[in-house]
Amino acid sequence: MMNYFKMAYRNLGRHRRRSILSGLALAMGTALLMFIAAFFQGEMRSSMETTLRLNSGHIQVQDADYDPDKLSVAWEYLIENPEQVAAQIEAIDQVRAATPRLFASGIVSALDESIGVQIMGIVPDSSANDPYRQLVSGEFITADDREGIVIGYPLAESLGLKVGDQLNLLVNTSEGNVDEQKFAVRGIFSTGTTAYDKGIVLLPLAKAQAFSGAGNHASIIFILLKDREQADVVAAAIQGSGYQVKTWTELNELLVLVNDFSNAYLMIINLIILGVTATVIVNTLLMSVFERTREIGILSAIGMKGRQVVTLFLAEASLLASGGITFGSLIGWALSAYFGKVGVYFGDLGISNDMLLQDRIYTYLTLESAVNLIITAFIITVLASLYPARMASRMEPVEALHGN
Amino acid sequence: MEVAKLTDVTRVYKIGEVETRALNGVSLTIGNGEFTSLVGPSGSGKTTLLQLIGCLDQPTSGKVVIDGKETTNLNRNQRADLRKGTIGFVFQFFALIPTLTAYENAEMPLLLNGKNAAERKQRVMELLKAVDMTDRAHHRPDQLSGGQQQRVAVARALATNPKLILADEPTANLDTENGEQVMEIMKKLNKETGTTFVFATHDPRVIKYATRVVTLQDGLITNNGKASAK
Ligand SMILES: Nc1ncnc2c1ncn2[C@@H]1O[C@H](COP(=O)(O)OP(=O)(O)OP(=O)(O)O)[C@@H](O)[C@H]1O
Ligand SMILES: [Mg+2]
Repeated sequence: MMNYFKMAYRNLGRHRRRSILSGLALAMGTALLMFIAAFFQGEMRSSMETTLRLNSGHIQVQDADYDPDKLSVAWEYLIENPEQVAAQIEAIDQVRAATPRLFASGIVSALDESIGVQIMGIVPDSSANDPYRQLVSGEFITADDREGIVIGYPLAESLGLKVGDQLNLLVNTSEGNVDEQKFAVRGIFSTGTTAYDKGIVLLPLAKAQAFSGAGNHASIIFILLKDREQADVVAAAIQGSGYQVKTWTELNELLVLVNDFSNAYLMIINLIILGVTATVIVNTLLMSVFERTREIGILSAIGMKGRQVVTLFLAEASLLASGGITFGSLIGWALSAYFGKVGVYFGDLGISNDMLLQDRIYTYLTLESAVNLIITAFIITVLASLYPARMASRMEPVEALHGN
Repeated sequence: MEVAKLTDVTRVYKIGEVETRALNGVSLTIGNGEFTSLVGPSGSGKTTLLQLIGCLDQPTSGKVVIDGKETTNLNRNQRADLRKGTIGFVFQFFALIPTLTAYENAEMPLLLNGKNAAERKQRVMELLKAVDMTDRAHHRPDQLSGGQQQRVAVARALATNPKLILADEPTANLDTENGEQVMEIMKKLNKETGTTFVFATHDPRVIKYATRVVTLQDGLITNNGKASAK
């Protein structure tokens, strides 16, 4: 057995700077891709979690005629006796929390400013409301509060409201009228998602029902599971007449689609960037092949076969690739770990409630995607190197005898 | 028995429309143990002829038989195999692999022939001793003089005990002293091992060592220089 790697290593050492630079190009590519992958995954994970936690839940039970876009509190669109329904569902093993929520559209005004909001009537005690219990100041509402309201931090900011201040709330009632009442700001919450927090105010369910004329009704039963993969099983268990039961995949078609596509996007980005870095490596090897024409001729003259010449150059490529990819992975991993802790601040991206993103995105690198990337980078580099390697192997040994 | 037998060989180089008949019907037999010089003016076809004998190139027409094997129909790999086992080369420039030490250069044909580590070590030491390069075994080519490099090249050519060693102007880049030394070594090896040597050369210092001088002119052999004892 020839020691191809020993020769390859020495050959790379002949143009140390060139080898290092092309290794670095590959390292940069790998690091960048690893960071992009971590960023994408962090974003998708955050988006999925945030959307499920705040907006859709894992399962929703709705009236058969419910239309989520209308925010209508007309009784025919609503679930009757919602607390009872929720209690039954909460008794199911896989369910972590089930709680009624009533949605109505309203307008908040304070001083001379008005902002359209979604009014959400909640059962304050339910653990499903934990995200709103992240209070910037004040206290959470209680079930029997009749004058209190909890609002999001960005809304409070834009209306200049503090805990204890009064605001005026208009609501579209079930009869199609408008009602109006003053509420005292009990607490200001922040879920970390500005786009969501700026458009929603929380009232106790009983108060929201009374205020909007919804009677003993709710828009949805919001259900969180212990494991979201159980959604179909649980949904099947709670099918009932007059209801529609929707799982998170049905509720978030857009998000699920984007999530599925994100892997394809990543793959395309990988191929583009790796294609570019592979070109650098190929270029380096091509230069070596041309410089070493005579040497290849000599090796061939003393009996080295084409296959062995290919192996020699592939050994060089794989050494270069190993070095570059290892270094790049370390950098990529370090970047991902750092921004996984610190996060990258984007602020309010203004995305709809169908795809909520936290203001800060935390990169998240899975072992699987790191390994995939490393293997892909290696294979692409070595495959690309086949071209210069084969070119070397096809050189005629006659070249060697031609002297200077 | 003959080591090489060429029958009515031509080699035509074509560059665009221009054809050069480098060899124009050459028949030549190289016997076992010969120490033969190919001489002739520049462009007469010496290098071309060596390349054909060495299976580095293929004739346009005619037959080349090396060590009893017809080579005309061999593919690249088969020719590489034939070279590997039967033929050693010494080139005008000191064709060593610059990243390998003298030792490793001499070892390369043994590696290609799949010899084991112990065999290789023994053989390389033997070879370096024969060319008087033992004390420079672990130097890289750029740390060696031209003469020393050429001696390593001779060691490498001899490594696998080939039947035939082909040398194209082996002394052209050496001063008189080094040239003589390299020729002495080759002559000695020729005598001791019976290895056949064929040189292409202009150098009278080489010619004087030859036991046979073949003269080429315009791609034709003008003097077959039947072997004469020296
Ligand atoms: N690869 C090639 N392509 C085209 N023509 C070539 C090639 N190699 C050699 N020739 C031509 O073939 C003829 C013989 O060349 P060759 O190299 O065999 O001569 P030579 O006797 O070795 O000369 P020198 O003493 O200068 O080395 C010359 O006319 C040369 O120009
Ligand atoms: Mg010549």
